[in-house]
Amino acid sequence: MKSPTAAAVPPVAGLWSHRWLRFALRRTGRLLASLWVLVTASFLMIHLVPGDPVRAALGPTAPAELVLAHKEELGLLDPLWQQYGDYLTRLLHGDLGVSITSRLPVGETIAQRLPATAELALAAFLLSMIVAVPVGVVMAVITRHGKGRRTELAFTGTNVVLGAIPDFLFGVGLVYLLAVQTNVFPVAGRDGLDSYVLPVLALAIGPAAVLSRIVRVEMLAVMEADYIRTARAKRLTPLRVHLMHALPNAVTATLTLGGLLLSSLVAGTVLVENVFAWPGLGSSIVSSIVSKDYPLVQGTVLVYGVGVLLINTVVDVALALLDPRSAIGES
Amino acid sequence: MRASRVLLRPVGFAGFGLLAVVLFVAVFGPVLWGDRAAVVETGNLLDGPSAEHWIGTDNLGRDLFSRVLVAARLSIVLALAATAISMVLGIVLGAAPMLVGRRLGRLITAGVNVLVAFPGVLLVLFFAVIFGVGARGAALAVGLAGAPAFARLCHTLVAAVSERDYIAAARIAGVSKIRVLVRHVLPNIAEPLIVNATMAAGGVLLTFAGLSFLGLGVQAPDYDWGKLMQDGLNGIYVHPLAALGPGIAVVLAGLAFNLTGEAFAAAFGIGETSGRVRREAPATADREHAVAAPEPGAVLSVGDLRVTIPGAQNPIRAVRGVTFAVRDGEAVGVVGESGSGKSLTALAVARLIEQPIRVEADHLVFAGEDLMAGGDPESLRKRLGTSLAVVFQDPMTSFNPAHRVGPQLAEVSRFHQGLSRRAAFARAVDRLRAVKIREPERRARQYPFEFSGGMRQRAMIGMGLMGTPRLIIADEPTTALDVTVQRQVLELLAEVRRDTGAALLLISHDVSVVTDVCDRVLVMYAGRIVEELPAADLRTLARHPYTRALVAAVPDMETDLTRPLAVIPGLPVDPAHIPDGCAFAARCPLADDRCRAVEPPLLSSPAGDRVACHKAGQPLPADTVEVTA
Repeated sequence: MKSPTAAAVPPVAGLWSHRWLRFALRRTGRLLASLWVLVTASFLMIHLVPGDPVRAALGPTAPAELVLAHKEELGLLDPLWQQYGDYLTRLLHGDLGVSITSRLPVGETIAQRLPATAELALAAFLLSMIVAVPVGVVMAVITRHGKGRRTELAFTGTNVVLGAIPDFLFGVGLVYLLAVQTNVFPVAGRDGLDSYVLPVLALAIGPAAVLSRIVRVEMLAVMEADYIRTARAKRLTPLRVHLMHALPNAVTATLTLGGLLLSSLVAGTVLVENVFAWPGLGSSIVSSIVSKDYPLVQGTVLVYGVGVLLINTVVDVALALLDPRSAIGES
Repeated sequence: MRASRVLLRPVGFAGFGLLAVVLFVAVFGPVLWGDRAAVVETGNLLDGPSAEHWIGTDNLGRDLFSRVLVAARLSIVLALAATAISMVLGIVLGAAPMLVGRRLGRLITAGVNVLVAFPGVLLVLFFAVIFGVGARGAALAVGLAGAPAFARLCHTLVAAVSERDYIAAARIAGVSKIRVLVRHVLPNIAEPLIVNATMAAGGVLLTFAGLSFLGLGVQAPDYDWGKLMQDGLNGIYVHPLAALGPGIAVVLAGLAFNLTGEAFAAAFGIGETSGRVRREAPATADREHAVAAPEPGAVLSVGDLRVTIPGAQNPIRAVRGVTFAVRDGEAVGVVGESGSGKSLTALAVARLIEQPIRVEADHLVFAGEDLMAGGDPESLRKRLGTSLAVVFQDPMTSFNPAHRVGPQLAEVSRFHQGLSRRAAFARAVDRLRAVKIREPERRARQYPFEFSGGMRQRAMIGMGLMGTPRLIIADEPTTALDVTVQRQVLELLAEVRRDTGAALLLISHDVSVVTDVCDRVLVMYAGRIVEELPAADLRTLARHPYTRALVAAVPDMETDLTRPLAVIPGLPVDPAHIPDGCAFAARCPLADDRCRAVEPPLLSSPAGDRVACHKAGQPLPADTVEVTA
């Protein structure tokens, strides 16, 4: 009986890996299905545009030969199924096509701009998590059982108002307060660490408000659970009860929502980038929509979509590791 | 009636007031301020705020305040149109799985689920490409982009309503699917849908402002709030209010929709409602008991314990002065109906009751230390953590689902006995083995949900054995378990007591469990001890009519099964309204006027038994106890 536990482990591991395998298969299946929808939608986009997309892109004055040449280049003259096949083949080779306006490969433009957007979204996500979780936990502790009514009211009120302000408006407000009025941070562009402050803040304030409210509600619910009473019966310190026993259970819901927030943060960058002239994907997708540069739009939408799908998958896997029931219990 | 409830709440009042203002401006804005908003004053280009122009002028010298007011109509109309598109499409997609065949329905649901995973802004941009730049295209784009979320909501609601009996009845009666949907399902999901649509309208308003701000929505010469902000942002150095003014308008209008939606939700009982608990000043409890000194030689001695729950109207006195002792190694049972205060007594003794529930006592001495006296919390924690074990009622919920079982046990040794992680885990495995869990090494690495109920309860006892318990408090430890498993758990408790010499305080509503396991029994009623006697005497020598009724209510081998089983007539006392006199008088066959007026004191007999009854030991009229129709 003194021998290490390894002898007892194999049957369990077998059972576990079986469950985990099923989870992995299911999750991969869902990811692939979503990817297919995304790719097909981005392919169809150019065909769903009413009228002649190339004519629209090049303008009414462009010579007919040029329009035809572009169509030829985009493969728009082939039968639809063949175009679809070609599109998929090119995607598999990492070829996203060539921009109509700049004549540069779309992949190159995106690769150049993607880091700026990813940095922005990630920094804002981290900031909102770092702020929201402690604030939510502390608010839950000090407003439990009807204590601190005024604090609670102020907290909820602030949250509702902050949650109702869209990120680009925060952007405008921050530019006004911290760049125009006080000249503390640069107004626009991406140059040096201080240029990150305003865009990241603009993106993070709203999610932080929403998230801290969720963390508080979750913590309050978890604090009523029987296993918290068990933890107190073990006479652990209140700090340990809150952090080790309550928080991991509140985090499940927080992470689910946090994942949603991260993917909406990715989308929110579009607006915020335009406020701060941030050289990311957001600025380029808007200008390419306006200039009807469809290959660039297609490629950018695809990259955003894949980003969101990857985030959702990572969140699901993280959830499964944190709370195995969510992976195994699900049918 | 509901409308008045909505308006009475401050949130609802603010929401409706704001919404009324916004709608008024939207309807009459262009009429009232339309002309003024179009006046070009070339002498006042990009002016700052003045008495004439509250938030200044734009690059053509037009009054911005008027323009913000005029823009309300287009902003609101577009937002409502987009919301309507989302809602209609959402209802169609959400209800479709109910109408079309199973396979197609599943496909639609799966498609909706895929789309919901993408953030709204991304969908909006996608559709904006297809429908082109401009107000109409943007409205379609925002509307379509919002549809999946509505479809998901609608589908969930429809699925919930479809389970109800009247829908099934309508189906069986041969009512067509469409008719069931229109007549029975939709009316029942209308409330949450409208609430969500109201809140969604606020969000759509902001999204639309974003689109116009990006230059993808409303185009010049038309303008909505987003467009005004776009124009304003360029001049933010010279004239910040030009961008902030319309921004504030957007936020206020968005809030108006949100708050109204939330107020509706609260009034309809959707979503969270916060209960308010009034806090009470410490009540001067009626202290009828002589203050008893802690009993020497007892592991636990409780003197005049009172537990009070602050209520909305008056505080509930759930435990009203309880005095008892548990000697070393002794097993004491506490029986009573639900609401008798027995569980709260156990939790209060274990010092596990939290604010706002109040616990008071003359003394609460455990292992020679008065727990009410305070003292160093750190050393107290250490001592209680190792010498007082608690076993809770529901083993299914008493383990933390986020941690493995072994570490949950090991925690006690790590934090109170200073063991290393590895040593503590080894002890946890050993303790699991001690409570007869097979393959303890493997089990210790599993999560609680992989344990059966009986196993968890044994693991919970094992957790109590991590230290060297002098007292085990078990609060209905077998209530949630199967009968066969109950037996195992009780035997385990008995064995643990034999091995460790720990005393046991067993809370149960089950008289037979208590008589089997315990040496002495306390009978509680309405927050007081009404009788205390040796467990062996419970069936034969009980003197309180309530105890006798409790015993009579338990069938045994001699029970005449041709007669109806005995029950105690009447209902337990509502702890919020405890009558004068004996709390049991209303249900007692022996009660007279004195019982109803004077609460009987708990008197000790020379043998050490206690009873609180004016009629203790008097013969019961046979017919009233045994038979109840």
